[in-house]
Amino acid sequence: MSDFAVTLRDLERRFGAFVAVNRINLDVRRGEIFGFLGPNGAGKSTTIRMLCGLLEPSGGHGTVAGHDIRTQREAIKRCIGYMSQKFSLYDDLTVEENIDFYSGIYRIPKAKKAARKAWVLDMAHLQAHRHTRTGQLPGGWKQRLSLGCALLHEPQVLFLDEPTSGVDPLSRRAFWDLIYEMAGQGVTVFVTTHYMEEAEYCDRLALIYRGELVALGTPGEMKERLMTDQVLCVTCDRSHEAMGLAAAVEGVRDAALFGRDIHLMTEDAVALAPRLRRTLTEAGFEVGTVERITPSLEDVFVSLIEARDRADGAQKEFSA
Amino acid sequence: METVRTRALTRRFGDLVALDQLNLAVEEGEIFGLVGPDGAGKTTTMRLLTGILEPSSGEAWVDGLHAVREAEAIKDRIGYMSQRFGLYPDLTVIENIDFYADLYEVPKAGRNERIERLLAFSNLTPFKRRLAGNLSGGMKQKLGLACALVHTPRVLFLDEPTNGVDPVSRRDFWRILYQLQQERVTIFVSTAYLDEAERCNRIGLLHRGRLMACDTVDGVKGLLQGALLEVRCDSPRRAAILLRATDLGGVALFGDRIHVLVPDIDQGRLSIEAVLRAEGIPCHGLQVIEPSLEDVFTSAIPAVTHV
Repeated sequence: MSDFAVTLRDLERRFGAFVAVNRINLDVRRGEIFGFLGPNGAGKSTTIRMLCGLLEPSGGHGTVAGHDIRTQREAIKRCIGYMSQKFSLYDDLTVEENIDFYSGIYRIPKAKKAARKAWVLDMAHLQAHRHTRTGQLPGGWKQRLSLGCALLHEPQVLFLDEPTSGVDPLSRRAFWDLIYEMAGQGVTVFVTTHYMEEAEYCDRLALIYRGELVALGTPGEMKERLMTDQVLCVTCDRSHEAMGLAAAVEGVRDAALFGRDIHLMTEDAVALAPRLRRTLTEAGFEVGTVERITPSLEDVFVSLIEARDRADGAQKEFSA
Repeated sequence: METVRTRALTRRFGDLVALDQLNLAVEEGEIFGLVGPDGAGKTTTMRLLTGILEPSSGEAWVDGLHAVREAEAIKDRIGYMSQRFGLYPDLTVIENIDFYADLYEVPKAGRNERIERLLAFSNLTPFKRRLAGNLSGGMKQKLGLACALVHTPRVLFLDEPTNGVDPVSRRDFWRILYQLQQERVTIFVSTAYLDEAERCNRIGLLHRGRLMACDTVDGVKGLLQGALLEVRCDSPRRAAILLRATDLGGVALFGDRIHVLVPDIDQGRLSIEAVLRAEGIPCHGLQVIEPSLEDVFTSAIPAVTHV
């Protein structure tokens, strides 16, 4: 069996003249936790639908768990699991009834049913609550049950759509420990999310924008290598007013407030820092610290997208 | 001046205590974040403060007005954006704003100027004839905000405003909130997301109806005792399991990095290196990092909860 759970070569999907997914190339290893990020309308859902065998590509090819996404779509559906933020559970059924229901949907053979149910109850720590109505469970427990149901048929690839949306941080932690355990057993996990807190848990991330893959790397690589801009964090009094002034200092590409701090994007933080301090001090602001910080994933994400917008803008001007 | 104040504010639904003795004060012009998971009591709090729901006991004041006795007067002073943004998909952008202006009885004189200003402010001017149903998530959110601002409220209540909105739009949205803050509008926002909470001036953490902590972001981060070390090494999953088996402290795996909360930096560093060396796992980096709110909550909240 291949080491790769997902391989995509020049994958493309057009809707009329609109190119929703533009020649994406990607390899996801077995047992990898892979995060798929991008703004709304970037092409994430279209890609996922092709991977799940729900939509036919217009060009290129790809495999999921060794099956061709054009010609073996039914086979793919049998070896993937899907869990959305809505959890897709029936609130008025008990925990056990929900499991039985999904056992039926996935056509788990009779001989295996009991064992799989026991596995889910055990994995989700719900043995003592098997007769509890699902609607009465706290969010974190529902989420574990939902994960268990998505894994009933022992899929090789698991798709998670904003999996820990609205769950408290402790339950989120516990959830990701379960995901790491599954990945350790060889399940490949494909996560889509808008939330950088979830992205931080992934082994590797891809950023997709306007149908194209614009960045690929571990969360650490994204922050250290892929971001061309540096981030300077400034603390000072009256930060709202200071921000307007700081944004106009030469070399500042973008300025954003974070609580009381100002984050400035720049190509050269070392050169900017003294210039900035001087400008603000001369204007009467009391400047505290001015230091270069590791960008957050959100900084990286926004910076990469804006860089792409600038490049496209320049391209347009050039061709016009 | 305090714009929002509550005293032992409590709301029960049957046996369930959705909000338990909330004491809170929000200053004028502040961006206050109410942070907690689904079911923590965030929306209940919003509805109590906006006069939509009556408390079981306790009291609340908004902009100096009593939330029960003067609930009608409060409605003129506040803007409220619910999780669904409250838009009519079959009306255009401008029709939606005009509709809210009618609801709030915004005088006809000067109304058009106000609407034009709101459209410009939220970057919606080019889309004013578009049906709200055809807007992207980020644009819907900005239109929801424009509608909530049509009567120039003093306090803005935003219930999980960025649910399902991507990071670029989210950053835009916050830029608008900071502009409003400069006009001394008080902003009371709820969120389930800690990275969003980092943008607020002060935050309150709500857990099962109870306020667990309330301070500036830095103040809340100060609850974390010890230092946070980030470890980069080969086989991070195996390393995390090994580190967890020691009595080092809180160990959390984040993809290719491991966060370890240690009481003492030097001692912690030595212990981590020893564990990895003993197992033959090459270590590529070990550095002290500033904790995120997520780090704080996963390690400090269990302790707080059990006090």
